[in-house]
Amino acid sequence: MVSPVRSLWQAMSAQRRLLGLAALLGAIASLSAVALLGTSGWLISTAAEMPPVLTLTVAAVMVRFLALSRAIFRYGERLVGHDAAFRGLTGLRVTVYTNLERLAPTGLAAFGRGDLLTRLVADVDAALDLPLRVVLPWVQAVLVAGVTVVFLGWLLPVTGIAIGVLAVFALAATPWIVARTARGAEQRMAPAKAEMSSAVVRALDATPEITAFGATAAATARVHRLDDGLTALIARESFALGLGGGIGILVQGAAVTAALVLAIPAVIDGRIAPVWLAVVALLPLALFDVLAGLPASALAYQRLRGSAVRIREVETAPSPVVEPAEPVALPDEFTGLELVDLSARWIAEAAAIDGINLRVLPGSRVAIVGPSGSGKSTLASVLMGFLPYSGSLRLSGVQVRDADGDALRQQVGMLSQQAHIFDTSIADNVRLGDPDATDDAVAAALGQAQLREWVTSLPHGAETTVGSFGVAVSGGERQRIALARLLLARRPVVILDEPTEHLDGPTADALAATMSAALQDATVLLITHRLIGLEGVDRIVELQGGRIVAQGSHDDLLALGGWYAQQWRLESERADMSVLVPSLPIGRGVPRP
Amino acid sequence: MKPLDPRLMRYARSTRGFIGLAVVLGVITAVLVIAQARLLSDVIVSVTSDGAGWSDVRDAVVAVAAIFATRAVIAWLAEVAAVRASARAKQQLREATLTHVLALGPAGPGAHSPGETAALITRGIDALDGYYARYLPQLVLAVIVPVAVLLTVLGQDLLSTLIIAVTLPLIPVFMVLIGMYTKSQVDRQWGTLALLSGHFLDLVSGLPTLKIFGRAKSQVAAIRAIGDRYRSTTMGVLRVSFLSSLALELLATLSVALVAVSVGLRLAEGQITYPVALFVLLLAPEAYLPLRLVGQHFHAAAEGLGAADRLFTILEIPVPVGGTEALPDGRVRIVVTDLQVSYPQRPEPALDTATFTAEPGTVTAIVGGSGGGKSTLISALLGFASPSSGDVRLEVSGHGVDLKSVDLVEWRQRIAWLPQRAHLAGAELPDSPTIADAVALRDRSLPESDIWRALEDAGIAGEVRAMPDGIETQLRADGSGLSVGQLQRLSLARALLTPADVVLLDEPTAALDPSTEAAVIAAIERLAQAGATVIVVAHRPALIEIADQVVRIDRPHEPSETAVVGLAAPAAAETIRGAGW
Repeated sequence: MVSPVRSLWQAMSAQRRLLGLAALLGAIASLSAVALLGTSGWLISTAAEMPPVLTLTVAAVMVRFLALSRAIFRYGERLVGHDAAFRGLTGLRVTVYTNLERLAPTGLAAFGRGDLLTRLVADVDAALDLPLRVVLPWVQAVLVAGVTVVFLGWLLPVTGIAIGVLAVFALAATPWIVARTARGAEQRMAPAKAEMSSAVVRALDATPEITAFGATAAATARVHRLDDGLTALIARESFALGLGGGIGILVQGAAVTAALVLAIPAVIDGRIAPVWLAVVALLPLALFDVLAGLPASALAYQRLRGSAVRIREVETAPSPVVEPAEPVALPDEFTGLELVDLSARWIAEAAAIDGINLRVLPGSRVAIVGPSGSGKSTLASVLMGFLPYSGSLRLSGVQVRDADGDALRQQVGMLSQQAHIFDTSIADNVRLGDPDATDDAVAAALGQAQLREWVTSLPHGAETTVGSFGVAVSGGERQRIALARLLLARRPVVILDEPTEHLDGPTADALAATMSAALQDATVLLITHRLIGLEGVDRIVELQGGRIVAQGSHDDLLALGGWYAQQWRLESERADMSVLVPSLPIGRGVPRP
Repeated sequence: MKPLDPRLMRYARSTRGFIGLAVVLGVITAVLVIAQARLLSDVIVSVTSDGAGWSDVRDAVVAVAAIFATRAVIAWLAEVAAVRASARAKQQLREATLTHVLALGPAGPGAHSPGETAALITRGIDALDGYYARYLPQLVLAVIVPVAVLLTVLGQDLLSTLIIAVTLPLIPVFMVLIGMYTKSQVDRQWGTLALLSGHFLDLVSGLPTLKIFGRAKSQVAAIRAIGDRYRSTTMGVLRVSFLSSLALELLATLSVALVAVSVGLRLAEGQITYPVALFVLLLAPEAYLPLRLVGQHFHAAAEGLGAADRLFTILEIPVPVGGTEALPDGRVRIVVTDLQVSYPQRPEPALDTATFTAEPGTVTAIVGGSGGGKSTLISALLGFASPSSGDVRLEVSGHGVDLKSVDLVEWRQRIAWLPQRAHLAGAELPDSPTIADAVALRDRSLPESDIWRALEDAGIAGEVRAMPDGIETQLRADGSGLSVGQLQRLSLARALLTPADVVLLDEPTAALDPSTEAAVIAAIERLAQAGATVIVVAHRPALIEIADQVVRIDRPHEPSETAVVGLAAPAAAETIRGAGW
């Protein structure tokens, strides 16, 4: 199996030429630094022999040139390297996105909730370190070490061999030791930080209760203990990095000492000219300065492994739904939905549906109710083509599993609990429903969603940016924008999956009224656990534990006296409160009426 | 940016010791660097021009090796010390901030913006690593080493000293100038960059929506396009910052080259000696290196100090001073007179007016629309929110005390409280608490039968019984394993069990089915019969039926609000039906 980091590298290194160029530029910059010290040493040693000035002039020019080239080539390396790395990042994003798209939305449940997705996006961003902090430094180091060792070997073969051995140690062994020492700590670091973070969030969330129950000391003690653990991990990591730095200097010292020990007898024997002693002694000094950054590279590599593994998981996760090789076309006209002995199981959780039989005629309104966990959303996912099923599900006579998923979703639309509003203008958010829609059509959809007044009040009307970088949007407005999007898409069948779930009572009622009016022509499947206002739907289907336990009109279900009747009475009682309360005076205690 | 914020020393005392250590290590490093250059040049000079043999220089070569070994140990120590000191300082800051935020209570930033505050306490403080572990030690080195080098060179060669002395200060000056220029450049690009880098996350979070509308596959082109824009914008910013490093590096290397060439040419003319020339050549780069490294760590440090600045703003919010008066033991009568509560962030009062007297042994029901101030009233009674006008008096057997002058810690000890949304499972307690620990939070000595009765009354006994260890089931520290509803009912059980003179319940039956609701209501009645002063925010008629008095808390300007929008009163339900479901 390909290692996760290697497969990450394959996704990122489309720009091999640019990366190669960056490595070359960086190597030249580092070589210039090494040569600068060597040339300076030669200049001084030669000058001490008081030669003709012309001899020195060449060296003096060289010194100035190398000083310039070191800085300029470094600049070039950074520019080219970053450019290539960012191009690679885009490539990686496309790869990861394509895989997420394949899995979304049901297959993503296996990756847990939203924060894990956020972490995955952070992992993708972190992958920039792979070319910039791991591959480029290492490749450059190898090139510089190679050239320097060959030059030293040409001057005095025995020093070449000695420095070569030490350079290999610095290139391979030191980073390995550092990575090895830090490995355990690196792996535990992210979970430890996450645990600390969640402890702090929980303590802050519970601030009032902690204060009321006098538990401040207990709450801080827990964070303190987690912090102790984190500090120990950080200490271990710094131990590794410090070790790497220490070994680096030690190897540098060994190289300088070895160069002196080997070259001094050679000078005395006359095997090399005395002016070269400074060069032989100073080149290792400069070379191992270049190699000093490798332990940090090793740590960066170690840190990347976690990210690489998570990205890899997304790439290898199985698709929840297999698209048919030769999809059957769906007729343009919707002639009804037919569910026969339909069963499906949610991938990660247990909310399954089991043996559902249901017919939905064009233009009808069916409410699907039931307590949470009864399988309502699982049913919606199956109808959207997001989950595989057993039994039969026919849309306009075509078995859904034989149709193309996107074609199915041209027929069936959905408004979910918290529809996503993208970081763009309101108009663009709505236009997602129909990319070719005219401005007038968008405005009409906004009007149907009862947003006209609100949109007009905004600084740039429908072109106002919303989302995390735009104007604040309330929960009700958010769902209405999503409704406008759905209306613009003109899907014959519409699934409303608890669209009012996160709204307060009055806002929820107002949105329900708007939806009801705007979706006059569509076939509507309303999934809800709010029972007030369902009196007008054609049929109410009650799910319990994934099975249909009752169905019929509001009056039928009320007469049955089951869960529906009980729950409806509770909600109506709350409605009674709103009759009682306004009759009371505000702000004064009165005896119970 | 101040190089060293004195407030860091105040809140993280370990900073002081750390700076001391950094100075000591800095001095040792300077001495070693100078000694290394001295020995190296001596060895080379004696072999090449004085014709010395191996035995003459052996000791010096050994000394060079020893210096490298010492520097290796120092480097290791410095790294470990820096990171550990940084971790310790961060821990002190974290603890100070968390304690302070908790002390500020529900009116403070912890409750007001918990997400932001938590991010600051965790990631914000982590960003100080760049400051503590990298920038600060380097700053100390950047002061000590160049000065030491300069003084050493002064004793050798005046011209080289002059060159270094003139060029060296240019580095910090350039750094400041370039920093000011790049800052304005980067600030201008910042918004675009944040938008572009957020785009991918936005798309990924919106994937289900995109897929519903069949737009998911076509986004690949957008990812490429935005990726290209992100790259070119980022490169625009980076080009400026790389250019500034280029300027600094050029300045440093050209200065070193200038020294080298000047020394070399004067050596050839016999104006200085070979040992001096080589020594100066080896030493000159060491003067510039620490300063350049300071520049490299500058940005990371600035980010950390930015976070520190926000921390100090929180730490400098004064903790409100409560009263000191003790309330005598006994049943408590609560007299609320013209109470009004305003929050500084909001123009309208959160609670406009309330006047009532809650007698011991009775139940007071608070009713009204959402956002009308019911929970604010409860906050005021707990002492979390202080009245902007009016007052709350507490009377025990005729002895009355204003809530403002009561010792709040003691007062809260006498209250059993159920918040509207419970968070505290009790898992914040150390040493893996059990359900029994969490429910009997105030008095663990209560008999097990009482705990079961409270669980029974709160309608969660069945679920607890089904757990493997019953009430001895351990709560998981991360709060997982309990649903929001279970947490709420566990908190209700705690409020019912807690021996208290005053009982404050905010919508206690919100998540309950009718049969459980009846049990809870009976339990509340029992608390009142036992003499407690019970105040309950009621949202169902069944709770009002046991109340001795009812207080309506609503916004005065919109008295009809509740009537119109209140959850589908028959008339409202009619409206919806008329709309066509």
